[in-house]
Amino acid sequence: MADRPERTDNKPQLSLHIPEPNYRPGADEVDFSAIEIPEAGAQPRPDEACDPTATHGLCTDLIRVLGDDNRAHGPWDPKLDPDTLREMLHHFSLVRAFDERMFRGQRQGKTSFYMKCTGEEATSISTSMALQSDDMVFPSYRQQGVLIARGYPLIEMINQIYSNSGDKLKGRQLPIMYSSREHSFFSISGNLATQVPQAVGWAMASAIKHDTRIAATWVGEGSTAEGDFHAACTFASVYNAPVILNVINNQWAISSFSGFAGSERATFASRAIGYGLAGLRVDGNDPLACYAAQRWAANRARTNSGPTLIEFFTYRAEGHSTSDDPSGYRSAQERDAWPLGDPVVRLKNHLIELGEWDEDRQAEMDLKAAEKVKADTKEAEKNGILGHGMHQPFHTMFEDVFEEEPWHLKEQNAQSQAERDKKYPDGVPH
Amino acid sequence: MSETKEKPKQGRDATGDDRRLNMIEAINDALDVAMGRDDNVVVFGEDAGYFGGVFRCTAGLQEKYGKTRAFDTPISECGIIATAIGMGAYGLRPVPEIQFADYIYPGYDQIISEAARLRYRSAGEFSAPITIRSPFGGGIFGGQTHSQSPESLFTHASGIKTVIPATPYDAKGLLIAAIEDNDPVIFFEPKRIYNGPFDGFFDRPVKNWKSHPDSVVPEGHYAIPLGKARLVTEGEQLTVLTYGTMVHVAKAVMEEKGVEADILDLRTLVPLDIEAVEKSVKKTGKCLIIHEATRTSGFGAELSALVQERCFYHLEAPIERVTGFDTPYPHSLEWAYFPGPVRIGAALDKLLSE
Repeated sequence: MADRPERTDNKPQLSLHIPEPNYRPGADEVDFSAIEIPEAGAQPRPDEACDPTATHGLCTDLIRVLGDDNRAHGPWDPKLDPDTLREMLHHFSLVRAFDERMFRGQRQGKTSFYMKCTGEEATSISTSMALQSDDMVFPSYRQQGVLIARGYPLIEMINQIYSNSGDKLKGRQLPIMYSSREHSFFSISGNLATQVPQAVGWAMASAIKHDTRIAATWVGEGSTAEGDFHAACTFASVYNAPVILNVINNQWAISSFSGFAGSERATFASRAIGYGLAGLRVDGNDPLACYAAQRWAANRARTNSGPTLIEFFTYRAEGHSTSDDPSGYRSAQERDAWPLGDPVVRLKNHLIELGEWDEDRQAEMDLKAAEKVKADTKEAEKNGILGHGMHQPFHTMFEDVFEEEPWHLKEQNAQSQAERDKKYPDGVPH
Repeated sequence: MSETKEKPKQGRDATGDDRRLNMIEAINDALDVAMGRDDNVVVFGEDAGYFGGVFRCTAGLQEKYGKTRAFDTPISECGIIATAIGMGAYGLRPVPEIQFADYIYPGYDQIISEAARLRYRSAGEFSAPITIRSPFGGGIFGGQTHSQSPESLFTHASGIKTVIPATPYDAKGLLIAAIEDNDPVIFFEPKRIYNGPFDGFFDRPVKNWKSHPDSVVPEGHYAIPLGKARLVTEGEQLTVLTYGTMVHVAKAVMEEKGVEADILDLRTLVPLDIEAVEKSVKKTGKCLIIHEATRTSGFGAELSALVQERCFYHLEAPIERVTGFDTPYPHSLEWAYFPGPVRIGAALDKLLSE
């Protein structure tokens, strides 16, 4: 049925384009020189209340502050004091130590799943430092940096990752799908991009109530293909919602490179143009640029000047998750060849260049971070690890489906109890 | 698709009699009451703001409560539901309208994976206190994209309630209860009975609500608890389990055939009033289930299973299901599709001959 009809004319034959990344495993040499990387400090910084059209050039440019000389350049320099920069570096150090230990914990069988944010730390930590602590964030799954920057206790994160008896989410969510109302951190969904229009709705509510708080959301470049993302852009634009839409372009959506989300034809920041949003394209491995762009968008949202879509151009240095092995689909050289460097190293070198830091202090900070994570892990393990009995009480499975347990759930709860009574007449062993 | 341009009435009628409203006016009244009592109630949807909705259910609300509490939206059901969830997380009590239930599917992921799961996945930190209103069901020559009854797609999902009123009085009380409920609620409005209690005899003159006792709608606030069925008629011969438009069709057919039945208007499918179902079926020993939705995996299948599990030794005949056919809702052959008096009559004959 799908056979091509016999040709009777000279019309050109159509062909389908299937995007293909440049470097598959075993590629001879990874060469990213085709990626245009402008000089740090060369990008103009329009007024925060500007018409969205004033940002059009910035949708294809790349906002950079930290130069190869490790100094801050140009109008986007947020001029942060050394204490703030050290605080940022401390968060970087902590999240990296945390990722290392949790990844290892998964390999040791302490939990089912983990996701690192290596190489993308600035896109969550530096950005959230540019927000107020009570601005509402709707994260995706790789924004552990937001929680760490907001001072959420590591032990709560680990309890959640272990789904143990101390898990505030009662062992219901896949590891890393945190939630903390207290930290204005919305419950993470495993369904992609659903949080983006929700963030817009929260921002609309804040505006309806003449509140002063804004919303920010994060989504991967791959998930911008979801309809939810486009609904979010439309609603944000239509209602001029006080919201920041952060797109983390880390080049890879599991094994699918950004070309499958449209990167061969346009930048992700340039999505903003069609929707009438302000748009910025930012070096996602430049902590100062990440901070400055988020602060620009936050000030813009806070003054009713409009929503902003920001693309953070970065690279996912590790696998998608503990369930993923990137050596099966991309060249292992990519990580080292990535032309924008490592955000932790860049911030460290900047502080050293300023005379505000040195390698010894960095080593000490990293050691302390590792020790802190280790101690908190040990403490969390007292509440159990996944699959070792120290989970939430069985009956909690039926709680929170509704505010009140209806009859059919009560019946199923009783059935579940009867199943355990039958299997373990002397009580469920731990 | 606008069916009426009437303005909602206020107060008693000229003779000082009870205030009689059709279903549209009752729904409008419920929204008005809810918005008047709670500043956090916001109403929005496609054409729901300035114009007041294609069926006029939100008429006058923007004028009364302002543009930021009753407004139009982009044509994006996904965006409508998602922003409602975000507003709910903020602390509002959104009442989004989906213009036709047939259009709800682009918002389905946001309803099922997000609104219905938010309380559970956040262990109660966040919830989605939203009421999604949507006209559903056929009988208005709407073709397959303006006639569907997708209730079982929602009753099958954990974490969301499904409510379907059958009268103006119930529509107001149930809608107020749904809005005040802290869980997400799907509120399907049987659009065939917006303007009158359609009894299934499509070839007879149309009736309006004026002469129906349940069109008496008190002013002000009242709530009908979710999860409580309504006994429409009492009888010993059989139990009819139904909801929405089919309540009126069932009643007319029973009257036509002189059958005395317990007709239970379920009103809420989840949570279901299982006590009322059990009590009636155990009394009559015969059970007829009627819904307009397609048959396979319809809510009737769930009802049938529950009755079989709980009332088997009281049953004197196999449970009968009368439903729409498992085809898309046809346009020109609407009345051949609709589970009307002939189909119900045949099932009755079968049940009562046992």
